[in-house]
Amino acid sequence: MINNPQSGHLDFLNGDEAVAYGAKLCRPQVIAVYPITPQTIVVEKLSEFVANNQMTCEYIHVESEHSAMCAAMGASLVGARPFTATSSQGLAYMHEMLHYVSGSRFPIVMMNANRTLAAPWNIFGDQRDSLSQRDTGWIQVYVENGQEALDMIIQAYAVAEHDRVYTPVMVNLDGFVNTHTFELVRIPEQHEVDEFLPPFKSRNAIDFDHPRSFCMTASTEWNMEFRYQQQEAMNQAREVIAEVDKRFGDRFGRYYGGLLEEIRCEDAEVVLVGLGSVVGTSRIVVERLRNRGLKVGLVKLRFYRPFPKEYFKRLGSRVKAVGVIDRDISFGYEGAVASDIKSALASAGQCPKAIDFIAGIAGRDIAKEHIEEMYAKLYRFAERKDEEELQFIGLRW
Amino acid sequence: MAKPKIVKFKFPESLEEMPLGPSAAAGILTEPNAGWRVQRPVLDHSQCVKCLLCWVLCPEGVIDKESGELEIDMNYCKGCGLCAHECPKDAIKMVREGEDDQ
Amino acid sequence: MVKAKDLTDREYLYGHKACPGCGLGTIGRLALKILGERTIVALPASCMSTVTTIYPQMNYFVPSLTMAFAGTGALLTGMSAGLKAQGITDVHVLGLAGDGGTADIGLQALSGAVERGDDFIYVCYDNEAYMNTGVQRSSLTPIGAHTTNSPSGTASYGEKKPKKNLFEIMIAHRIPYAATASSAYPYDFMNKMEKTKSIQGPKFIHIMCPCPTGWGFASDLTVEIGKRAVETGLWYLAEYENGKVKMNVVPKTLKPVEEYLTKQRRFRHLTEENIRLIQEHRDREWELIREKWFQEK
Repeated sequence: MINNPQSGHLDFLNGDEAVAYGAKLCRPQVIAVYPITPQTIVVEKLSEFVANNQMTCEYIHVESEHSAMCAAMGASLVGARPFTATSSQGLAYMHEMLHYVSGSRFPIVMMNANRTLAAPWNIFGDQRDSLSQRDTGWIQVYVENGQEALDMIIQAYAVAEHDRVYTPVMVNLDGFVNTHTFELVRIPEQHEVDEFLPPFKSRNAIDFDHPRSFCMTASTEWNMEFRYQQQEAMNQAREVIAEVDKRFGDRFGRYYGGLLEEIRCEDAEVVLVGLGSVVGTSRIVVERLRNRGLKVGLVKLRFYRPFPKEYFKRLGSRVKAVGVIDRDISFGYEGAVASDIKSALASAGQCPKAIDFIAGIAGRDIAKEHIEEMYAKLYRFAERKDEEELQFIGLRW
Repeated sequence: MAKPKIVKFKFPESLEEMPLGPSAAAGILTEPNAGWRVQRPVLDHSQCVKCLLCWVLCPEGVIDKESGELEIDMNYCKGCGLCAHECPKDAIKMVREGEDDQ
Repeated sequence: MVKAKDLTDREYLYGHKACPGCGLGTIGRLALKILGERTIVALPASCMSTVTTIYPQMNYFVPSLTMAFAGTGALLTGMSAGLKAQGITDVHVLGLAGDGGTADIGLQALSGAVERGDDFIYVCYDNEAYMNTGVQRSSLTPIGAHTTNSPSGTASYGEKKPKKNLFEIMIAHRIPYAATASSAYPYDFMNKMEKTKSIQGPKFIHIMCPCPTGWGFASDLTVEIGKRAVETGLWYLAEYENGKVKMNVVPKTLKPVEEYLTKQRRFRHLTEENIRLIQEHRDREWELIREKWFQEK
């Protein structure tokens, strides 16, 4: 096992550029991307690589996001490794193709810049776009910073193309906060990534010696069996994600914890759960409150699908209150992440109090003060004081 | 006749036997279309000049030219009558199913 | 020039569940005999995909993929790029889409793919409505046709709009090769398919596919109806290649449109006034055609 966190070289990149470098290292053979703010830099950087002979691939200027996913599917069908990226309106536009690709079991990797959905129109970040696609059968991971973005693109291929998985993976970055923020990022060496991620020989591709019909009609007599198979693959993915995380860490020196990461949760009384960049801010708040003697914890939910149900089931008995930072809301009920977490907590029998914090919508800042406020509310709730179970944080009135 | 034959298809009996994703081997025929017919083509070889127009036009592809004399795969003929209608020599007649070839 | 006796005996599309007499059977069979077994077929939602790939009976003997309705052009792009990226050059990429999947919901993807110049063959088989879902109108439904969502009634004579001109749309893209064809003229179609094999880039063939069920005629009249369409000038056979249009069949005089219309149940409700309207529209179209495309003999 080589544990060499110093390998590769440092560069000053924004999240989009980190994704572009990550994709370049994975040697995709077909890139079909349609530009949309705030993912445009991924599109541009990749085309620069191609234009300067730093990447050998077919770069397709698709005319829409729906076509981007169709083209990626076509490439995967003939045995090539595709890459694509989108955001918000584009993700919504390709919605039917998300189902198509996951149902056909094509291991496509897509970066998604989390941006709110119109109307009203807005280009800034929240997670409404990807969270509202949670039922499409894609593995979804949410990254905290540029380094993780680059690393997860590489891990995404390893997970998606794994023999027991064959499920597409969506790598989510927070719009502008991740995509446009410059950080020091370590870019691995190409030969190291080549060893970690060898060329892919798909079992789910055209073979003229054994011709097959793909995405055929499966009638009522057979359709459910294919869905069962899809669910099984997602179940298998949990183990594969942990394996790939370990293998990546052994190789490159950076471990991320697999499905999720616990921060100061061992003896925590109240816990906040977050996805993406808000975790970075929350880490600082946790340190601050711990220094004041408050036993707070933080869960970085990395993979939203497959959902780490067993973890949350067990968490229920360890803490008094759980708060979920939802950068989305399913109108008419509550945030999607809170729903899933509460359902897992409830299945344990004893259920701690839970508050769903709707925050950070359309780029509304989630400040350290807001997070402190959330922990305070959780304490009050745990002590049976009055607190609403669903709260919008940071509203003007 | 060189036409594709019906095969007995073995359905997967467990999760392990399922194909990876919704795909299936190309070119598997599991049942005939013969039941669709209410009339069938009868070819008079003495009139046939082997122009192959029926072979070209047949939407089902059931006319076979491999052996020199034209033959028709009755497992898959739907009895549309296009061959009879278009034959320049009137060498094909459509006969109602259940009646003798005349 | 393609000769039937030279064509392979192998059937690459067999045993499908299309209506008896349907033109798409002829189109699919002949296209694949010309292109051969190293062909990948993309089928969007359409009659073609519905009747050929119902698990476990797969009627294509070459690899195929049944695709979302709107995405055929983009899928072809992706396949073509994926093959190129792997250095595979001896495979044909064929899209077999209906009129809806080409001129309506699929037009954006087709336009994008042609504009990019990707390498594929796109055959739009045109039965002039969304036949698969129950004969609803498409933008390629001709004037006066009764469909289930543009029905004839006391206040309507059926479809009011003329066919969208896909051939000219493809010419406007300066596509390397575009053609119109008909399943009633199989040798003309096969010659055009043969041509596409040696041309690089996008190739488009718009082939009329008379539909006994949807148009309302006996299953053995498919070829006759197809021929009348051309003889009355309501369809034409032409090619666009090297920047020029060539008409393959030019009737000396165009027969009266009634000879085509009265043979089909979908036009049975038309009054003399309606038929005159259709004939006038045809005459205007042919004036334009003569102006634009006829070379002096």
